[in-house]
Amino acid sequence: MSARTAFTLSDVSKVYSNGTIALQNLNLTVKEGEFVSLLGPSGCGKSTVLRLVAGLGEMNTGQLEWGDATRHNLAFVFQEAALMPWATVEDNVRLPLKLSGMRKPLVNQAIAESLALVDLQGFEKAYPRELSGGMKMRVSIARALVTHPDMLLMDEPFGALDEMTRSRLNSDLLQLWQRKRWTVVFVTHNIYEAVYLSNRVVVMAARPGRVVADIPIDAPYPRNEDFRTSPLFNDYCRQLSDCLARAAQTPAEHSPTRNPRYDVVDSIA
Amino acid sequence: MTNFLGDRPHSAASIKSPKAAVGKKFGDFSKFLSPDVLAPLAVGVLVLLIWEIGVWVTKTPPYILPGPSLVIKTLFTEWRTLFPSLMITLQVTIVAFVGAVVSGLAVAILFTQSKWIERSFFPYAVMLQTTPIAAIAPLIILWVRQVVDGDQATFVSLVICAWIVAFFPILSNTTLGLNSADHNLLNLFQLYHANRWQTLRYLRLPSALPYFLGGLRISGGLALIGAVVAEFVAGTGGTRSGIAYQILMASFNLQIPKMFAALLMTTVSGIAIFVILTWLSDYLLRHWHESAVKREN
Repeated sequence: MSARTAFTLSDVSKVYSNGTIALQNLNLTVKEGEFVSLLGPSGCGKSTVLRLVAGLGEMNTGQLEWGDATRHNLAFVFQEAALMPWATVEDNVRLPLKLSGMRKPLVNQAIAESLALVDLQGFEKAYPRELSGGMKMRVSIARALVTHPDMLLMDEPFGALDEMTRSRLNSDLLQLWQRKRWTVVFVTHNIYEAVYLSNRVVVMAARPGRVVADIPIDAPYPRNEDFRTSPLFNDYCRQLSDCLARAAQTPAEHSPTRNPRYDVVDSIA
Repeated sequence: MTNFLGDRPHSAASIKSPKAAVGKKFGDFSKFLSPDVLAPLAVGVLVLLIWEIGVWVTKTPPYILPGPSLVIKTLFTEWRTLFPSLMITLQVTIVAFVGAVVSGLAVAILFTQSKWIERSFFPYAVMLQTTPIAAIAPLIILWVRQVVDGDQATFVSLVICAWIVAFFPILSNTTLGLNSADHNLLNLFQLYHANRWQTLRYLRLPSALPYFLGGLRISGGLALIGAVVAEFVAGTGGTRSGIAYQILMASFNLQIPKMFAALLMTTVSGIAIFVILTWLSDYLLRHWHESAVKREN
């Protein structure tokens, strides 16, 4: 894996206009080609981190620095598929290219490639309402991939799907990631999903939103179904689960000033 | 790589079937025998029968209440005077309606471009809606006569009155629709650096379409009512007199069957406008909107 830094968030705070502290003194570094999951309960600001990285919304303090000083080619996948219901699958995937004004012959090829990546050939003319939840999410991912991004920001993309569809999409995503080597920041509240997918799991806690642990998942890729049932997998799940439980019990007042660096596992006892 | 077959249907063809079903619908007359059609039809026939028999039994004179059969007969005998008048009224209605659609859409787009414009002007748009048209119609007729000559003056003032009534539903519905674009999609457009025009063209306008079409259905009928009410107030005769003038004259002369015939024509025109706009709405939204999509469960 490349050791170059993709981006660094340093000392980031974000307060919403209603007074909610979404993030407090958050530090996070993501390396290029890394698959990082942000894991935490609702309200811990994990989606906010993603949105700040995407440039949707302003932070109150702190800064976002890009590793090689150039802004990456980002793509964002939302929890809901967020498709345009009036447009066909093809036209939904076409959207980012249309907005950027790409030339027509290239556009059609890019759409076909992108749909092939998520295995949706033959569905070009279908409307979103004709598709299942899992297929809608595939379209959403195809739309994200059509611009050939080098970084994917995924906000609980499979949160609304049933368990079987979710695990299939997880495997597919992981296979694609191994081929394409994007940097992925993946927000989830599902421990198993986080362990299965990630190089690193960043555990967050709520009120105020902060990082409480940063746990590397040292398991080789490709990860197959056997990994899901291995003792190693279970150990990681237990470790993360403990982490979340401890964070939930810890009074929030303690954390801000002595919030640990992102790479140090917090030892709240 | 591939193990993805599980969450897709067995073939692409399986999703084509709903479209085939929709296509078939137009050649299928059995739907006219459905309870949706038969039940109201039965009620209608029953009411007309009671009406006809009631008038016959009580020997009510036609200048108080004509029976339905007499109304239909009068409709045929008076067709040559009534139909041209109806055409005049429909002309006013259509011009006013088209004007309301164009101006309502344009102003709604303007409103969504700037919150300040919306804040500043929306209350005045509400005033247009809440001012009783019958009360200001004489003023409008008076003012238009200062600017436009003769027959044209009446036509223009009637159009303005009908426009005032038809404008607001389109404006308020379309404004609501333009503001109801999915927030995730708005973020997506922002992320891809879409400009204002692209966001309007590819996101806000399509999102607003169902609302806009809902506005059309309300405004179509209102434009007709506005035209008729304004004609009543204007009370103008001459060569270009509308259906309201015929209703007015018929009631002055106690030609009540003719009055009923004219009323019937007006009502049927209103229903026709509504049906056409509903059909247009269903056609434009057939692929995606809940209101127009046929479900099989």
